[in-house]
Amino acid sequence: MPVTTIDNRQVHVNEEGFLTDPAEWDEAMGKALASQIGIDLGDEHWKAIRFLREDFAARGETPTLRRVTVAGGIPTKQLFQLFPQKPAKKMAYVAGLPKPHGCV
Amino acid sequence: MTTTDSAPAIVPSFDTPSSEGRKLAIICSKGSLDMAYPGLILANAALGEGVETHMFFTFWGFDMINKKTMGDLKFTPLGNTATHMPQGLGGIPGITHMATSKLKKSIADLDVPEVPEFLEQIVASGGHLWACRMSADMNHLTEEDLYDEVEAIISASDFIEKTEGAQLLFI
Repeated sequence: MPVTTIDNRQVHVNEEGFLTDPAEWDEAMGKALASQIGIDLGDEHWKAIRFLREDFAARGETPTLRRVTVAGGIPTKQLFQLFPQKPAKKMAYVAGLPKPHGCV
Repeated sequence: MTTTDSAPAIVPSFDTPSSEGRKLAIICSKGSLDMAYPGLILANAALGEGVETHMFFTFWGFDMINKKTMGDLKFTPLGNTATHMPQGLGGIPGITHMATSKLKKSIADLDVPEVPEFLEQIVASGGHLWACRMSADMNHLTEEDLYDEVEAIISASDFIEKTEGAQLLFI
């Protein structure tokens, strides 16, 4: 696994750049990851990111977009506005989690 | 574990220029429950990847957007050898109902929504829904009869025009 430096810290990432150890993440890291992909995190972003972290901790897998909407209570349309083009992957990246595996 | 500390940071390339302007057109021509899902799942996946997606509902695919039928699509093992059941069973009364319930349960168990809710999610993700003019005329249906989020009833040539340069799937 490669190691990269984000927010002046060394973190383990996969070949694409997703963090491979959720324990290396904290909210300052989330902010730094978001800025790497051009997103400035506001309260609404954080609501989604915190849901991802909690849901991953509880279920052991990254929630899909649908789950963030249904279980996390954030409308799909809003997720596309907050994390344009590829919301599921961008949220997972910022939350320091693997890409979601589910199809829907 | 290697320690190849490399600057600049390794960052996923979410917005690669090669995917810019990518479009997908999906023609849904079937009205059975099992054949409705492939188009819905692929449309949803494409939208999640930032691909502009258009769905065109034609012939039996109209059942997916007809308010009267969209929540009640059915699955039958009759004529479908992939169920690996004796074909004679398919004709027994009640089998379609049973098979439909079973498929619906399997789909729900995966947290995949039913057809109307799935279309709602596709539209919320920026997907476009179009209805086929000839199918509407044949069945004497108007936009009133169709799912509210269907943008319009359009001709086949209109659809071809709208999806210029798109990759196309016929289901």
